[in-house]
Amino acid sequence: MQIPDAEQLLVQLTEQMRPHVRPSTCLVGIYTGGVWIAERLAMSLNLDQPVGSIDVSFYRDDYGRGAPLRRDLRRSNIPFEVEGAEIVIVDDVLYTGRTLRAALNELFDYGRPARVDVAVLADRGGRELPIAARFCPAEIPLAVGQTLQLTRDAEERLSLSLIEAK
Amino acid sequence: MTRNPQLNRHGELQHLLTIDGLPRNILERILDTAAPFTEVAEREVKKLPLLRGKSVFNLFFENSTRTRTTFEIAAKRLSADVINLNIATSSASKGESLLDTVDNLCAMQADMFIVRHASSGAPYLIAQHLAAQKREHIHVINAGDGRHAHPTQGLLDMYTIRHYKGAFNNLSVAIVGDILHSRVARSQIHALTTLGVPDVRVVGPKTLLPADVQRMGVHVFHNMRAGIKDVDVVMMLRLQNERMQGSLLPSGQEFFKFYGLTEEKLALARPDAIVLHPGPMNRGIEIDSAVADGSQAVILPQVTFGIAVRMAVMSMLAAT
Repeated sequence: MQIPDAEQLLVQLTEQMRPHVRPSTCLVGIYTGGVWIAERLAMSLNLDQPVGSIDVSFYRDDYGRGAPLRRDLRRSNIPFEVEGAEIVIVDDVLYTGRTLRAALNELFDYGRPARVDVAVLADRGGRELPIAARFCPAEIPLAVGQTLQLTRDAEERLSLSLIEAK
Repeated sequence: MTRNPQLNRHGELQHLLTIDGLPRNILERILDTAAPFTEVAEREVKKLPLLRGKSVFNLFFENSTRTRTTFEIAAKRLSADVINLNIATSSASKGESLLDTVDNLCAMQADMFIVRHASSGAPYLIAQHLAAQKREHIHVINAGDGRHAHPTQGLLDMYTIRHYKGAFNNLSVAIVGDILHSRVARSQIHALTTLGVPDVRVVGPKTLLPADVQRMGVHVFHNMRAGIKDVDVVMMLRLQNERMQGSLLPSGQEFFKFYGLTEEKLALARPDAIVLHPGPMNRGIEIDSAVADGSQAVILPQVTFGIAVRMAVMSMLAAT
């Protein structure tokens, strides 16, 4: 399967979002890939607000079902007023929707936003919750066991790769 | 070799009973996990859903307002239901045994016990009892047992030291005061040596130091000026009047003269040294007000970090 170039997807995502954002729009990236993308979007869309970041580990619905807490927990950081804000949650790949559900729950513990949208680089199908991305430049249907992974190199270039189950 | 009773068969923390014998990577894991929990206190809604639907029982066979309160806040910020049992004034005084009390609470679907007891080893006994009854899903946290251990206090002290000093491997740390009666001191010593602090000192009069304290890998000082010279961290202990039997000390004033931390004595430590105290403080006995309220004291941040550390421990236990 041909995996599209992440940098080209990012350009397309930026152009999809451009007519719909204002300088006051706030971006929240989901660790780790979502934060990389949100930082790039904020720059090219000339947004005024600093980018927020969320680690959804404390809100995951599979906590306490056998897996220990992740080792590399990150501190969520929401550097703007959530109350009344227009927010776009940014993630790299949309799959079951459970990560976004967790991110929404966490976000609402900071206040009541006026509006929340979702932006992702790619949708790989396999949704288990009624969640859709408003901004999404590519649909890449994958089988269970396959993973689409976003990486960032030393020059901060993004790339997507397909990982097959062992 | 038998397994450490605190770890499950995958090597994950099942109970927190003592720092003694816990590997360094688990201590570091707890400190790392605590860091993101500090952020919750800054939110509008100071709650995480990790322990939603779980019942946490505070089993305090010995009075302690502060420790019980910080455990209660930690559990509530994790969305648990918290039930406080002040056993000092309830069924135990009617003659019910410790394990009968535990069985009754298990029948009420307890998920976690936070245990404070005057007898060393009581939390172990409960953990063993739960294992024998195949109730491994119920977790036990030692909130202080006799003179033995107070692991979450030791861990929050380590979190505080790491917060201000960055690392452990180049530090001189002095623990000052009543080491003999102090479960806090024992937990601190195990934590400091396990985390690789090269110079751990205990400072106190002979009557308030355990006879075998050197075997714990510490340097012993009876003179406070020598003991805190050039240290990076001064950990004061509370003089435990209620645990004293007989005349180990002439008087509080006498103690203050030799072992009370004053600005003048603190000047012997490094200029950027920090001062810790587990609370509650006896001002004018082990610590002078000028030091307790001074710029080098990190006593109130200890309390705040303590909530994050207890949230981390509870979350790690409940995840297994």
